[in-house]
Amino acid sequence: MSAQFAQYVLSGLTVGAIYALVALGFSIIYNASHVINFAQGEFVMIGGMATVSLVAIGWPLPFAIAAAVLAAAAIGFALEKFAVEPARGASVVTLIIITIGASILLRGLATLVWDKNIHPLKSFSGDVPIQIGGATLLPQSLWVMGITLAIVLLLTWFFGRTLLGKALLATSHNRLAAQLVGINVRHVLLASFGLSAALGAVAGILVAPITFTSWDVGVMLGLKGFAAAILGGLGSGPGAVLGGIALGVIEAMGAGYISSAYKDVIAFVIILAVLFFLPSGLLGKRSTDRV
Amino acid sequence: MLLRSLLAAVVAFWLGIAQAQAPIKIGAFLAVTGPAASLGDPEQKTLELYVEKLNAAGGVLGRKLQLVSYDSAGDAEKARTFVRRLIEQDKVDLIVGGTTTGETMAVVQLVEQAGMPFISLAGAVVVIEPVKKWVFKTPHTDRMACERIFLDMRSRRIERIALISGSGGFDKSMRGQCLNVAATYGVKVIADETYGGGDTDMTAQLTKIKNTAGIQAVLNAGFGQGPAIVTKNYKQLAISAPLYQSHGVASKEFIKLAGDAAEGVRLPAAAVLAAEQLPADDKQRAVSVNYKREYETRYKQDISTFGGHAYDGLMIAVEAIKRARSADKSKVRDAIEATKGFVGTGGVVNMSPTDHMGLDLTFFRMFEVKKGNWVPVQ
Repeated sequence: MSAQFAQYVLSGLTVGAIYALVALGFSIIYNASHVINFAQGEFVMIGGMATVSLVAIGWPLPFAIAAAVLAAAAIGFALEKFAVEPARGASVVTLIIITIGASILLRGLATLVWDKNIHPLKSFSGDVPIQIGGATLLPQSLWVMGITLAIVLLLTWFFGRTLLGKALLATSHNRLAAQLVGINVRHVLLASFGLSAALGAVAGILVAPITFTSWDVGVMLGLKGFAAAILGGLGSGPGAVLGGIALGVIEAMGAGYISSAYKDVIAFVIILAVLFFLPSGLLGKRSTDRV
Repeated sequence: MLLRSLLAAVVAFWLGIAQAQAPIKIGAFLAVTGPAASLGDPEQKTLELYVEKLNAAGGVLGRKLQLVSYDSAGDAEKARTFVRRLIEQDKVDLIVGGTTTGETMAVVQLVEQAGMPFISLAGAVVVIEPVKKWVFKTPHTDRMACERIFLDMRSRRIERIALISGSGGFDKSMRGQCLNVAATYGVKVIADETYGGGDTDMTAQLTKIKNTAGIQAVLNAGFGQGPAIVTKNYKQLAISAPLYQSHGVASKEFIKLAGDAAEGVRLPAAAVLAAEQLPADDKQRAVSVNYKREYETRYKQDISTFGGHAYDGLMIAVEAIKRARSADKSKVRDAIEATKGFVGTGGVVNMSPTDHMGLDLTFFRMFEVKKGNWVPVQ
């Protein structure tokens, strides 16, 4: 029984860490612009597909990964520059709709640049399962969890200790005030898109050996990552991680102990319940309106 | 007077030739993109390849074939629109297509009303049961997949099994069929788990199965990436019971995706999957080896059974047109229904007014993955 429980926890952590990485990308762009970037899932796809195709033409894995992350960041910049920035006077809803359009465009382009097949990627360090108290874990899951942790630490340092990071935070708190103290808000927005695109790509590469990758892999991962970001509190880094892990573990427990047919239902009912009592998510900023 | 009738005769003669040389139009709607693309893509390529080959060999009844094909992306609504267009605008002579069961069932009413011969490439048994006057199909049904797997299990004295299936139309249909026929083969389903379309990890469901006492085998119904993830998770959890998959993953792609974890996986599929390993006296050897060679030379891509279904559909149609000596819709329909002893990639087809598929279990073979290859189970 306890081995079974341990397996559900490990399964939940594996999936949860993936959701957390995608959720982090949502949070960064939300922080800088209050836009929910629905093309986040497509960055996940681009990271995975670019790595797979570069490895296929003979590049060593580390170079392929670096190139894929850079390519995704460049596409993130381009998305901001050519789609979001020209509409900067528009409302947030308009911008969100633009990102939905961008996601459809990117998926379409992916089917042209690559193909419509599902592709595997070799695990970074083998496929021999690690035994932990009767449960098993793939080495790749450790990579996912470890890098998620490293990225969270890096982001904490970035937002707390660097000028650009602080500028990003300042912009998220009050855009006008940030502009008044001399922060170039447009650059901040550009940086946030690049950063979250790179993060999405990292997620896509890390999970490809576990889930495979294909032109439409971003749809489902994007949706789950979005749910995790909402659960944890939009705009909060630790919240995104907590939300992702919680969603993953709830899904695994639901499938294991109640019914796999209602796994997603259970997860979303719990999210709804949490949001009912904590409308801004587990770790989100409590917003107060001046009356 | 004489001149006028002579003129009329000449005109009629020319019209006759013009008529004879108008191409025979073959309509198709296939899921070339979308979730069923791994099925629809080889089907499309197969139709293109063989329409070209038939034309190069002089066409059918002295007339060229013309393929009019649309990509339905596996969407039932799009399928309806395209079939309406095939019937009303393109005025095709018959339709070969319908990659998924959903698309096929969505257009049944249209082809029945229009009186359009339609050979479907979809798997589920509902396509031909009850029999629909104008609808035929080439792949083995999901019920046959269950029956074939249960036969194999019975021969290995496996009686208590677990089912795990996805949430797609094919998955659900096959799950239902398996639950229906299990008792006939003395098989008891004691665990029944499902997973979602975009799920990335099935270890929770499989752990539950692993801890269900008395499981002797696990059966996974589905196609696409789901079964490949199930297979990998199965290996990770080191479940010792044998794993059975459906004919929905009968392509090399599945082995590529699941990698080493695919070793030992068993599934029922058409013989074409291991064309070269068929014995020399096997009825299907010639057609299977030819199809494999021609497809792989042209597209530099491994064949799947799905392209084979399209090949069978096209060839059954062409033979029927030849036997009917015309492309007249109702004559072609009757000729398709009268197909006997047609050797295709899926088996030997013997259709009848009560059986619009014409395949039986003998041509549905069990395969096992050994060293990254499909090997027939003896």
